[in-house]
Amino acid sequence: MTGVNRISGAGRLTPARTARFTFDGRTLTALEGDTVASALIANDIHLVGRSFKYHRPRGILSAGAEEPNALLDVSRDAARRQPNVRATVQEVFDGMKVSSQNRWPSLAFDVGGFNDLLSPFFAAGFYYKTFMWPKAAWHKLYEPFIRRAAGLGVAPTEPDPDHYASRYVHCDVLVIGAGVAGLAAALAAAKAGAKVILCDEQPEVGGALHYDSGTVIDGKPGYDWAQATGRALAAMGNVTLLTRTTAFGYYNHNFVGLVERVTDHLAAVDKTLPRERVWQVRAKKVILANGAIERHMVFANNDRPGIMLASAARTYLNHFGVAVGKKVGVYAAHDSAYEAAFDLKRAGVAVAAIVDCRERPGDAVLAQARELGIEVLAAHSVVNTTGKLRITSINVARNGGGTTRKIAVDALLVSAGWTPSVHLFSQSRGKVKFDAATERFLPGTYAQECLSVGACNGTDDLQATIDEALAAGELAARAAGAEGGAQVALTGRNAFDWTGGMHGAAEGAGADTTVKAFIDFQHDVCAKDIRLAVREGMHSIEHIKRFTTNGMASDQGKLSNMHGLAIAAEALGKEIPAVGLTTFRQPYTPVTFGAIVSHSRGSLFDPARKTPIHAWEEAHGAEFEDVGNWKRAWFYPKAGENMHEAVARECRTVREVAGVFDASTLGKIEVVGPDAAKFLNLMYTNAWDNLKPGRCRYGIMLRDDGFIYDDGVVGRLAEDRFHVTTTTGGAPRVLHHMEDYLQTEFPHLNVWLTSTTEQWAVIAVQGPKAREIIAPLVEGIDLSNEAFPHMSVAEGRICGVPTRLFRMSFTGELGFEVNVPADYGQAVWEAIWARAEPMGACAYGTETMHVLRAEKGYIIVGQDTDGTVTPDDAGLNWAVSKKKPDFVGIRGMRRPDLVKDGRKQLVGLLTKDPKVVLEEGAQIVADPNEPKPMTMLGHVTSSYWSPNCGRSIALAVVAGGRARLGETLYVPMADRTIAVEVSDMVFFDKEGGRLHG
Amino acid sequence: MADQAIASRKAPLAGRRGGSPAAILTPAEPASRISVRAAADAVAGLSAALGVTLPVRPKTSASSGRRHALWLGPGEWLVIDEDGADLMAAAASSGTVHSAVDVSHRNTAVIVSGPGAEVAINSGCPQDLSLALFPVGACSRTIFGKAEIVLLRTAEDTFRVECWRSFSPFVFGLLSEGAEDAGH
Amino acid sequence: MLLIYCPYCEEERSELEFRNGGDAHIARPTNIAEISDEEFEAYFFLRDNPKGVIYERWRHIHGCGRFFNAARDTVSDRFITTYKAGEPKPDLDVEPKTPETVETYEALEGAAQ
Repeated sequence: MTGVNRISGAGRLTPARTARFTFDGRTLTALEGDTVASALIANDIHLVGRSFKYHRPRGILSAGAEEPNALLDVSRDAARRQPNVRATVQEVFDGMKVSSQNRWPSLAFDVGGFNDLLSPFFAAGFYYKTFMWPKAAWHKLYEPFIRRAAGLGVAPTEPDPDHYASRYVHCDVLVIGAGVAGLAAALAAAKAGAKVILCDEQPEVGGALHYDSGTVIDGKPGYDWAQATGRALAAMGNVTLLTRTTAFGYYNHNFVGLVERVTDHLAAVDKTLPRERVWQVRAKKVILANGAIERHMVFANNDRPGIMLASAARTYLNHFGVAVGKKVGVYAAHDSAYEAAFDLKRAGVAVAAIVDCRERPGDAVLAQARELGIEVLAAHSVVNTTGKLRITSINVARNGGGTTRKIAVDALLVSAGWTPSVHLFSQSRGKVKFDAATERFLPGTYAQECLSVGACNGTDDLQATIDEALAAGELAARAAGAEGGAQVALTGRNAFDWTGGMHGAAEGAGADTTVKAFIDFQHDVCAKDIRLAVREGMHSIEHIKRFTTNGMASDQGKLSNMHGLAIAAEALGKEIPAVGLTTFRQPYTPVTFGAIVSHSRGSLFDPARKTPIHAWEEAHGAEFEDVGNWKRAWFYPKAGENMHEAVARECRTVREVAGVFDASTLGKIEVVGPDAAKFLNLMYTNAWDNLKPGRCRYGIMLRDDGFIYDDGVVGRLAEDRFHVTTTTGGAPRVLHHMEDYLQTEFPHLNVWLTSTTEQWAVIAVQGPKAREIIAPLVEGIDLSNEAFPHMSVAEGRICGVPTRLFRMSFTGELGFEVNVPADYGQAVWEAIWARAEPMGACAYGTETMHVLRAEKGYIIVGQDTDGTVTPDDAGLNWAVSKKKPDFVGIRGMRRPDLVKDGRKQLVGLLTKDPKVVLEEGAQIVADPNEPKPMTMLGHVTSSYWSPNCGRSIALAVVAGGRARLGETLYVPMADRTIAVEVSDMVFFDKEGGRLHG
Repeated sequence: MADQAIASRKAPLAGRRGGSPAAILTPAEPASRISVRAAADAVAGLSAALGVTLPVRPKTSASSGRRHALWLGPGEWLVIDEDGADLMAAAASSGTVHSAVDVSHRNTAVIVSGPGAEVAINSGCPQDLSLALFPVGACSRTIFGKAEIVLLRTAEDTFRVECWRSFSPFVFGLLSEGAEDAGH
Repeated sequence: MLLIYCPYCEEERSELEFRNGGDAHIARPTNIAEISDEEFEAYFFLRDNPKGVIYERWRHIHGCGRFFNAARDTVSDRFITTYKAGEPKPDLDVEPKTPETVETYEALEGAAQ
């Protein structure tokens, strides 16, 4: 038995194929194809959760994605657990565990339910008003308490073991929704030869035909026609049919995000399958066939378990073969609810009465009700309900007052009519218009290449829907360039035409009442809350929404928006269109983080860039630091060494013997062409005409505002070829900056730029023994001081492979930078290392590089400069040409503020106590006793222990710094104040003789 | 120096194999490559010197044997010689005003082959790779996840994916996931 | 995600291949070293931020690498046209577009005041 409410012979599931699952620990049997909701109702379970604010018992309201109440925790195993799953969407699989949420200790007895009794204190805006004071209590007390009490489910704690996929895809026509309209549109577009994607959030195509009975299309029962059409479409080579696939977002220029649920319905999961797959669709044309969503009735205590949408009850009966009760009542303002009563009555379920608040229900449904012997109470309303954990009765009264009549029911089917789903249309930035005749918002002005068809377009008649969809499908295909195929014709008819519909509060929940008539079930917003918001001065629907939180829950107000709007309009004394609709935002339904992240996790989150020498560094115990996306060797600790000791050893070794350093990440740009020097004259502050081939120069690049943007050594290889280096982090933006000026300001120059960062592995060999180390390996270059002095470049060979060899130094020592084609990087490094190691040299990392350059006062752009430092501030005026008529930054650096006295200038700092190492970023003051706020003169930009100086050293920007040499300043810290003396920036080998060794 | 061994070459994707039956991934053999830049008046001379016609239509390439010239932008080509010939020397012999820069080691390539090759690449590349829009011989610089790539379609079911060497493990990894999903 | 027609590639491509480059048609003065502080301010710092059509630069940085210009409506994000760098600013017959936004907050704000 798969549930006491399963009606033999009803529904479309196969009785023999069962699945077992647990709900709050109780084992239940379902049929394959059941949703959790249908399986629970089959087992006579309506109570599935507690509401957000009042903790009221709640049941299953719908049979689809709009469900506000039935949010459950679903798990496959310990790690595969997901909270807030809509029971109406999740399919049952064998072995699944389902738990209710937001209740303690149990669903039937929930301590939080006292909130309902205290509800007068929980009016809309309560949180905003109550928890304002004291401020400190918000974080510590109020917020944690509110979160616990009002929370949804509990997030999983284990890492998600599943993987997710994503793909970009292009099509001529994307059809969203595979009901009658979507199927017909897709068929027409596909037959015309278009490349079509048809998606639907349900497991099968059919849309509203799931609940329908009596519709005939193309001579077949509606649902059967839908399945046959779906199969035919799937078999076409130009059609991709995606079920269990929600179009969650409609973005710019017909970019639509779909998420396909691949494994969530499977008992046994193939681990190679992604759990979900995101389809990032770029469509030439989009056809929206989203259908419509039924609205509930707004009346007192309309939220008891057992109260549900009429169409949902039809779905459970006609598709799942489940009766939602044994004695049902109907409360409606729309003809469609009558068909639920008819279907249930025919299936043997007792129908207590149809209560219709309208004076005149539709003639056809009235006649049918009479024929089936169902009592219809027109011009009556349900004014209250009873039943603690499930509805037991309804109180019915004639409109306008009078005696009430109590009718016993165990389920109440409600319908206030249908709201066209304009969510995706609205997301596409289309403008909706209000159709006064039918009182609904419909697609008005289109902003993108899309068309709406069927119920979401306000088309009610079946044949009209078919005709409209076929025409739209063909039109879209033709507009996208499809030329083939024959026209499609289809005929359809349904059992009844529907009339009616209402918005807002029904009889007994009007303006003069204080009853709990819910409009937003998930956020516990009642009709009276909207009126309160208006009374408190909220006049815009956007303000009312935020004050009451109506429509702000995870269901995004699919049921509540129109009701809230109508009640607000009434309270404001305005027409609905004058109040306006809030804008729908992506996503249509919640999307998992997994799907959003998709492939971008672990090693694919961000590229980890490694140099050609990385494997050697790893094998030799290097610690690495991240520089941009690069992994750079930071220091090479020997056994038992900490970082400080390793760096101190490396620093000493480089100056005493030599060191080998991987500088491959340095940005490199090859500037080639007859106007190369002219271009560099414009891009750098220095002059380049007089730089001879074979020589290098340190260059400074500014932005046009006059601030330092980058720096680096530029080598001239030939009259028309320069090898430009940039900072590691600056490489991409410097190339972009240069391309910008070249293409848009100086396009007359005959010069081209090519990134060669990754062409070359760069091995820096620095120290007194540098020449001795590399000399035997080098061919074709005379390394002597005379032939190859400091700041030289030459092309030759090393270890038998081509090299661009630079004589340059970022350490202040005799130094070379060996550039070799990257694939040879490791082998050449190893050959150099084989000579360096026996001489007592070391491999060193970026930390030692930083210390050594600071000992020499060489700046690092981005560390010692911050985008507000001019060449003069940095003491680099010597590198600014005084003769050039133009270079980028020439005017900016002469701005009044950039040349005035007292600017922050880079200087050295020596702590009075040589053992104290300053903190980088620490502020500098002149008077340590000045009351706060103190006058801050600048801050420390670089600070290290210098093993070669035997003391701490620091660089800092200090207001008027160069005029303060020798002055004592102070660095106030939390626990003490550190006295420092302002010095010049060179701490080691002030004469610079070692460079020329 | 004569007694020194010549440095051995180590390609960034050496030894990697991957993909799925739907899309097999193979690191391409080392090749020589140059980035060529020139104005329109130099195209004929460069083409003659390089022995392959530099195409001037967007998204097109030209091949001569195992030498390929890919249009990357106006006046910009990537020339690949799968046999490792000296392209720099060839370009220099053209006598034209141009820029040729050796990028043989900057780039590396993955060959993606199989019925799911398009889908595998579309796991991170937003271009329409259908044969109608990206026919055999089509090429484009584009984006693949967080890496820039150059795509060349060498057969209906085969692409050459060029990328900078330090991005190649990322590109190979994302292609592997795309190839896996392309099989489903 | 935008779809942008690159006038050099002669094709629409995803926004992912592009980088925005700020306002178009702001020429760097050829005598920049001589201009006044006010002129420099106008050239470097001052920009309009119109609601409606703007002329802006894009670079097809992960494509052909070229800079080009576009006229885009900042309300709808619709590209009216794109054209190569160096070509004159097109004389477009478009009103600065502020379409009716009956149902949006922006319009309601006005009504509420």
